[in-house]
Amino acid sequence: MAEETNKNDDVSRRQFFMKLGLGSLSIAAAGTAAFAYQYLEPNVLYEPSPVVNAGRPDRYPLGSVTIDVNSGIYIIHSDEGYFSLSAVCTHLGCMTAWKPELNMIACPCHGSKFQQTGKKIEGPAPKPLPWKRIWLNDDGDLLVDRSTDVPALARDSFVRV
Amino acid sequence: MAKTVDQYFDDLRGTRVWRSVFRSGTGSSTLKRALAIQQNVFLHLFSTKVRNRMLSFSATWYLGTLTLGTFLILVATGIPLMFYYHPSVPQAYADTKDLQFVVSSGLFLRNLHRWSAHAMVFLVFAHMFKVFYRGAYRPPREFNWVIGVVLLLITLLLSYTGYLLPWDQLAYWAITVGSNIASAVPVMGEKIHFLLLGGNAVNANALLRFYVLHCMILPLTALFFVAIHFWRIRKDGGLYSHSSEPAVVRAEAAARNEKGAQ
Repeated sequence: MAEETNKNDDVSRRQFFMKLGLGSLSIAAAGTAAFAYQYLEPNVLYEPSPVVNAGRPDRYPLGSVTIDVNSGIYIIHSDEGYFSLSAVCTHLGCMTAWKPELNMIACPCHGSKFQQTGKKIEGPAPKPLPWKRIWLNDDGDLLVDRSTDVPALARDSFVRV
Repeated sequence: MAKTVDQYFDDLRGTRVWRSVFRSGTGSSTLKRALAIQQNVFLHLFSTKVRNRMLSFSATWYLGTLTLGTFLILVATGIPLMFYYHPSVPQAYADTKDLQFVVSSGLFLRNLHRWSAHAMVFLVFAHMFKVFYRGAYRPPREFNWVIGVVLLLITLLLSYTGYLLPWDQLAYWAITVGSNIASAVPVMGEKIHFLLLGGNAVNANALLRFYVLHCMILPLTALFFVAIHFWRIRKDGGLYSHSSEPAVVRAEAAARNEKGAQ
């Protein structure tokens, strides 16, 4: 083996260690970047539960649109049954409001307008207000899961009492 | 015979303590005055000599310098405000109220901080307009324009992050809207939104993150780029002056020659 080494041995060894050093530094830098990214992303959030208890169904008279400002949802009692809409505007996240005199949902920030079913009447909102999963629990309270969208006007998206 | 103030000052500059701090020593020769600039850690960024017209009002309107002035006011007022402000959900709004109504000079400091912030944004834009319409962004100063754009972005981010700190309705909804704009970024928008707020909604994490960005990360970044910006002014041939434009210099020289020939 020894006689096969050429005269460039010193330089190539130096280059080898240079590459080894730079390589391990790069790996360490990439690892640090990955750890830093993970560190900045919280694993546990102390945010309110996505499931909201909206209380007894009889709180909501037929034909009423009721907003819960704290949880950002509407409970609407229509002829087909109870359903829940997100009250968060799909434009930039402002809280919309039900305007009974206009019979529509309107956003105070940039003027988006929606029907009672969440359908968009007027922009700038790009999408309709999403429907949220709603069901009755064993105590007879309405529960809404804000993290689950359900298809608008679908049979299963209503709760009938 | 009584000594004049200048003589007392000269005596002071001759003392051993003074000489240990300022190596350049006494005397007002051109060399000594140049050394006074060159051997000072803060001033050595600047060229040792500068033409009077470079510092004249018409050359710059002092807009960049005034912007730095507002930045320094913001640092000087922001640090005392930090002594009374807790970046936590139950206390942030109450502390802001306390600063307004309870703390001595709190109202003055907070308003000075607020108005300087407005002035800084205005001055940054005025400075950029001036540079743009004067053509001072052209080579050799083109890289300094790029640094300037970075400084504009930092200024706007400082404004934006500071806006949340009073934790009132205006702040809450402004940051809700602003952070939702960030989530419109293609592909990684939702990630940016989540990382910026430290959660899905404007909450305790978001307040703390904006506080750290506003008080530590962004000012230090701004300072870093301001240093480069100022250093580049000197390295790129000093402040822009219309009278030192090559075309103007040539025209003036031609006019002088014509006069001499007559």
